[in-house]
Amino acid sequence: MIPAPFEYAAAESAEHALRLLAEHGDDAKVLAGGHSLLPMMKLRLATPELLVDIGRLDELAGVTTDGDELVVGATTRHADLAASELARAEAPLLAYAAAQVGDPQIRHRGTIGGSLSHSDPAADLPMALVALGGAMQLQGPGGTRLVSADDFFQGYFETALQPDELLTAVRVPRRPGVPWGYQKFVRRSNDWAIVGAAAVAGRIALASMGPTPLRARAAEEALAAGASPADAAALAADGTAPGEDIHADREYRRHLARVLTRRALEHQTG
Amino acid sequence: MTRIELTVNGEKRSDEVEPRLLLVHYLREVLGLRAANVGCDTTSCGACTVLLDGKSVKSCTVLAVQAAAGDVVTAEGLAPAGELHPVQAAFRRNHGLQCGFCTPGMVMAAVGLLAENPHPTEEEVRTGLEGNLCRCTGYHNIVQSVLSAASATGAPATGVSA
Amino acid sequence: MSILGTRVLRTEDPRFLTTGGVYTEDVVDDRLAGACHVFFVRSPLAHARVLSVDVTAALAAPGVIAAFTGADMAGLPEIKPSAAGLINTHMVQRLLATDKVRFVGEPVAVVVTEHPYQGEDALELVAVDYDPLPAALGYEPDDASLLFEDAGTNVAGYWGDPSALKPDLFDDCDVVVTETINNQRVAPAPMETRAAAAVWGADGRLTAWIPNQGAQGTKAQVASMLAVDADQVRVITPDVGGGFGAKFGADPEQVVVAWVARELGRPARWTETRYENLIAMTHGRAQQHTVTIGGSRDGDVRAYRLEIVQDAGAYPRIGAVLPMLTILMTTGPYDIPRAESVAKVVVSNTTPIGAYRGAGRPEATAAIERAMDLFAAEIGADPADVRRRNLLAPFTEPHRTAFGALYDTGDYVRALDLALEAAGYAELRAEQARRRADGDVRQLGIGVASYVEITGMGDGEGTPPQENATVEVHPDGTATILTGTSPHGQGHETAWAMIASEELGIPVEKITLKWGDTDLIPEGGGTGGSRSLQQGGAAVQQAALELIDVARLRAAAQLEASAADLVFDKTRSAFNVAGDPDAVVPLTQLAQNERLLIRTVFSQPGATFPFGTHVAVAEVDTETGKATLTRVITVDDAGKILNPLLAEGQRHGGISQGAAQALLEEVVYDDDGNPLTASLADYPFVSATEVPSFELAEMETPTTYNPLGAKGIGEAGSIGATPAVQNAIVDAVSHLGVRHIDMPVTSRRVWQALQAARSGSRQPGTEQ
Repeated sequence: MIPAPFEYAAAESAEHALRLLAEHGDDAKVLAGGHSLLPMMKLRLATPELLVDIGRLDELAGVTTDGDELVVGATTRHADLAASELARAEAPLLAYAAAQVGDPQIRHRGTIGGSLSHSDPAADLPMALVALGGAMQLQGPGGTRLVSADDFFQGYFETALQPDELLTAVRVPRRPGVPWGYQKFVRRSNDWAIVGAAAVAGRIALASMGPTPLRARAAEEALAAGASPADAAALAADGTAPGEDIHADREYRRHLARVLTRRALEHQTG
Repeated sequence: MTRIELTVNGEKRSDEVEPRLLLVHYLREVLGLRAANVGCDTTSCGACTVLLDGKSVKSCTVLAVQAAAGDVVTAEGLAPAGELHPVQAAFRRNHGLQCGFCTPGMVMAAVGLLAENPHPTEEEVRTGLEGNLCRCTGYHNIVQSVLSAASATGAPATGVSA
Repeated sequence: MSILGTRVLRTEDPRFLTTGGVYTEDVVDDRLAGACHVFFVRSPLAHARVLSVDVTAALAAPGVIAAFTGADMAGLPEIKPSAAGLINTHMVQRLLATDKVRFVGEPVAVVVTEHPYQGEDALELVAVDYDPLPAALGYEPDDASLLFEDAGTNVAGYWGDPSALKPDLFDDCDVVVTETINNQRVAPAPMETRAAAAVWGADGRLTAWIPNQGAQGTKAQVASMLAVDADQVRVITPDVGGGFGAKFGADPEQVVVAWVARELGRPARWTETRYENLIAMTHGRAQQHTVTIGGSRDGDVRAYRLEIVQDAGAYPRIGAVLPMLTILMTTGPYDIPRAESVAKVVVSNTTPIGAYRGAGRPEATAAIERAMDLFAAEIGADPADVRRRNLLAPFTEPHRTAFGALYDTGDYVRALDLALEAAGYAELRAEQARRRADGDVRQLGIGVASYVEITGMGDGEGTPPQENATVEVHPDGTATILTGTSPHGQGHETAWAMIASEELGIPVEKITLKWGDTDLIPEGGGTGGSRSLQQGGAAVQQAALELIDVARLRAAAQLEASAADLVFDKTRSAFNVAGDPDAVVPLTQLAQNERLLIRTVFSQPGATFPFGTHVAVAEVDTETGKATLTRVITVDDAGKILNPLLAEGQRHGGISQGAAQALLEEVVYDDDGNPLTASLADYPFVSATEVPSFELAEMETPTTYNPLGAKGIGEAGSIGATPAVQNAIVDAVSHLGVRHIDMPVTSRRVWQALQAARSGSRQPGTEQ
């Protein structure tokens, strides 16, 4: 219930944060909204020695465009992303996903950078990024690099982010007017997805079907070959590795993946 | 220890705190503002909800140091002593509380909800309060309370003063 | 105009809404200055021998004042099982485990710190060496792994005699259906977790602040567990954030806090985390039911058998005794010629079972309401029609059932018809038929449940159910009531003030209620079992009337008139000589020279039996199996309603908890006895989005057992709603061949039932 003791540093800039991360390596964790990290720390599942707080860095927040991409600063709160007129116009699937995270209070604090670097395969934003085919902008001592969503999420709570790097922004293609669908199957409204499916522009991503958000590639290929949503969705569970827990066994998850994918391909939200 | 300066219920505060001190415990133990309650370990129940810079937040998942330079409002600060804020009054009129443990957090969440959506539908009220758990009321009268508070003319009271 | 029966707003609300209730953790009191903080080391294993407990490292941690183990408390008595003698007397508990742990979460040691933040740091440093044992789990716990070696069995006892079941019970039945049903283990999960604050005075007395549902019972248990005289203990009840049956009496942890305070000569405090609450506060329900129902093809139920297995958890507490109440209510509101019921109680390596809203009665209703639907499905009849055909006819003279329950008043058919009418039952069936014909993905289900339940049953030890009240009128125009009830959300401050106000003519806002301090109110039955209004409220009324009688004599003396010539005018709260309104003396004036108070005990002839019918409407997505509860319509007849606002609130809360059990809630353990639902993220405590607004229809059939005409209302909602919602979801897919789905009727269970029906195999009743 109470985190183990730690030191705290409020970063004055992204560069300052990077210097602290370089100095402390694995002993330090970045704190933005804290709504992925602090729950873990309160359960003592994470015990960093130093928290580097980037939550007040305005330079890292905000929604803008850059050519054919929508750019979302890493410390943009879920509520602000969900409400952003720009995001809703250019990448409505992303804005919608942000609106599904947790509950209103969580959305007032949680940030896209925090959620993505936490990399829970049941979460909304990682699935959305994979569906959108976005990229994560990582800044480190060696400079800035972009990692595609397909490469960024590497395992349960594991990403391509190095201990001395900061996720500074998220980039997704601008697709105004392009139909999309989003399905999050839950037990209670503010739960994580038992299974999730998001689809846009021929890409289909699944949540809770493996250790990371997964592309439903067999279904995508069928779709590209002209299959109907129903026929493509029948292949949605191919290549997935769903787990078993109190909510669902593998067979039920595979079934849900097929149903939700069909509904997402039919551009339904729910 | 870290020094934080912030405003709580309109009063400026300056305190030295442990980095791991949760905002809810800062409010309860350092400031003696005990209306916000701790009801869970997993950011699930919302009994600790307060306003931070005008937005509803779960103060159990905010470090006091994160609230530095912030503006916090708790249930104690919604109205002058002896008076009820319109949302508090609506909860009373509509019997929106029984044991009261979830109530301050529920009221603050409702204040936050109505600030962003002044005229919610019933469904929007229910979804807007999905982060606040109550065991006693079954939510029925809580929803009526929020709709009543939202109604421009004030919905008919479901109860009468003694 | 009478205030009784009106929607008086709660006088206690303003403080709850602004500064907040003062719950045990909030209490600020000079006596608790400098308190230390208690933290419990708990077993991570479901079943193990405790080989050693090493607190050395913890003692060296920052802020640690002391650490204690079960060995330090060896001098304290064992905690005997409930109904010891009927329940195996070897199944004893200790405040802290000594040689064995029997459930994950059982307290093993304590660490005491200066500051609350230091406790969890220190707990990590306590080293306990366990020798794991196989966990005995479920309704047939393996006797190869005994929880109590001296008991020689994991069967704790029986209620009723299994060998007395008649093999020919169903011989005259054309149709017989049997099913094994799980009434699953749930967590009461009040929003306020358990807590305690304790200090010993220079006079050697303990003052303990404990959230509870009856301070007098809590005091008795604390004294007993500490092996001190009861008069050495004072229990004070702060505001309590919900109880639901699980805060009766005292738990070992609370007694340990008192022991620590005495040992250290210093006040001690404790508040549990939600994790501790979900694994170490008593759980509810956990009964398995094998129901067998038989009758004629045209719908007469002729025989019914209920075989119960109660999983009592690791230590037999109230949960071990609750099947007695289940058996008592076996046939519910029905007129069934032959019925029998037995229960076996087992222990298992899980959290002990205690009372939880309804406490034994929801189980009886859930069983027979499922059985009614199974019977209706077998004969192809409408479930409401089958119920109407078999309900007891209305009665105004008490009706005794074959199980010994004496129902006071009841009109069950009218409750059923009223609920069906309010629900628009015919239209609902038509909509269901339309969706079935169209093969809609979203199907509609309608579930009906009729119930009768026992409230205010007394302590079962021969004395009639009763409660005391003291009413005092003060010279300054105010009044004070002392009650033996123990409100924790039910609104007694307002309700008892209404009753007193009605008789005394003093305004509600000038009347103060006190409860829960055993030095002030040494006797009382607390609040639970839906007893408070019928006995506690009636006691307040009786006290107020007796006070008026005493006051009348004083008034007569003062007015130099005979008492018989005086009239008490409630509108003025004054006595005057009949026909001479100016010869008047206010009631409060009669308190000036001598205190004006009365203490009385109200006794009721017996328990009362509220009843009703719930109708639930659910939509089921037949592709995913997910059920959405769209409407709940209820009739809950609890006799005359004192304050409809409060009564509605009780019904709403009960309905929501009842629906939650049907829809979602379940405490889940893995095969090793590890709890998997030990947080509010994992335990599916419903939010406002999972339930609709409720539709309450009104019906009042007064009881003659108390002058208020009131029966209990607090638990009725949870009794009716659970089977109504379960029946609704099954009903939504019954046309696809589904006859039964166990609770919680999760989307996965619905989907599995649909799969099984499609493949033609028998649906599993109790499979995960």
